[in-house]
Amino acid sequence: MRAYIPSYQLTTPASLADALALLGDEPGVWKPFAGGTDLMVLLEAGKLPHRNYVNIWPLRELRGIDMSDTHVTLGALTTYTDVQANDVLQSEFPMLCQAASETGGLAIQNRGTLGGNIINASPAADSPPALLAYDAEIELVSRDGSRWIPYDGFHTGYKQMNMRADELLARIRLPRQTVPLKPYYRKVGTRKAQAISKVCFAAVAGREGDRLTTVRIALGSVAPIVLRCKQTEDAIRGQELNDETMTRARETLMREISPIDDVRSTADYRLRVAANLLVDFLVTSRS
Amino acid sequence: MVKKTAIEFQVNGESRTLEVFPMARLLDVLREDLHLTGTKEGCGEGECGACTVKFNGEIVNSCLVPVAQVAGASITTIEGVAQGDQLHAVQQAFIEHGGAQCGICTPGMILAAVDLLERNPAPTEADIRNGLAGNLCRCTGYMKIFESVVRACQK
Repeated sequence: MRAYIPSYQLTTPASLADALALLGDEPGVWKPFAGGTDLMVLLEAGKLPHRNYVNIWPLRELRGIDMSDTHVTLGALTTYTDVQANDVLQSEFPMLCQAASETGGLAIQNRGTLGGNIINASPAADSPPALLAYDAEIELVSRDGSRWIPYDGFHTGYKQMNMRADELLARIRLPRQTVPLKPYYRKVGTRKAQAISKVCFAAVAGREGDRLTTVRIALGSVAPIVLRCKQTEDAIRGQELNDETMTRARETLMREISPIDDVRSTADYRLRVAANLLVDFLVTSRS
Repeated sequence: MVKKTAIEFQVNGESRTLEVFPMARLLDVLREDLHLTGTKEGCGEGECGACTVKFNGEIVNSCLVPVAQVAGASITTIEGVAQGDQLHAVQQAFIEHGGAQCGICTPGMILAAVDLLERNPAPTEADIRNGLAGNLCRCTGYMKIFESVVRACQK
């Protein structure tokens, strides 16, 4: 049933400082509201439990994509459209652009934000696997200051995050690759477009001879959180990419993830698809 | 209980000031407060594109926009696409080539197509399919819609 609209507050602060003051004065009372592509769906379904929101959408401080020699830094309000329009992201971080292009249609891509995709904390989100594979860091700000933390480890359980109620996700930082890494990104859904993931697989590989010296693998929709699969990486890194390694990697991945049966797919299907994508990634990396 | 507040924004080039609840959906404000009923509600969750409008020049699903976020912004609905009696080339093409059947998806389809042609006057087939991807039609009329957009590009 539709929510009772008069019971929801959405206040627009004049600046980031004002937004942080609001979050700091009454921790937990206010929550940030960005492009609304997740929260408005809950509102319409009568399932938006929180009542008071800070409208961060107009805050220019949270927009923009900055380049340095070592990093690309994206404001939390960077939309999927912004991501796809950026030439450096297209050439150096193509998996993020692919994730952005495969999330909803254009009207959603114009409003959905990277920060929102992280903070909504859906295990089926499509940009977080790419962010994990690219070793992203995130900046949490409050009126007391700012801290950069690795994105890996930020999600601690289903919809649980390592952040305080007075903090706001402000920026996302991607280290620019010093050696070229081969990307592999596959979103598996019911259709090629306009579908929520059954499994999402993002990985990068750096090869020396017939071994992968760098490998980072992250999956969505296979655990309570979007998961960086470090045990699987350890089973691959430095090993010759032969059948034995592939079998061991496959078995490790199937132990490391914990998919469930739900409305979109089954645990068994997800396990098999995830394992097959891993093998496809390794075969692709070898060639 | 939250109080209504005054919000000013442009709708189809005209400045409007309304007393609204901040979390009211732009879709409902357009239809119920401004009586602009060309914008349709399909799914109410951003899947179908029937409620597509332009928000500062970009298409959005108006069912997913709380009205507080359009303060000071410029909104274009299907009512603002024609210039007086002069239909937009996309609208004319939808009429001539059977792009509209029941009509529920049509305003969203037309806004998505107008937006596509503004960004890209010579789209490829793939560009057109991508441009319309967020808009669902349940009359199985996709080919006629697609052809209408192709014809509009040729004008």
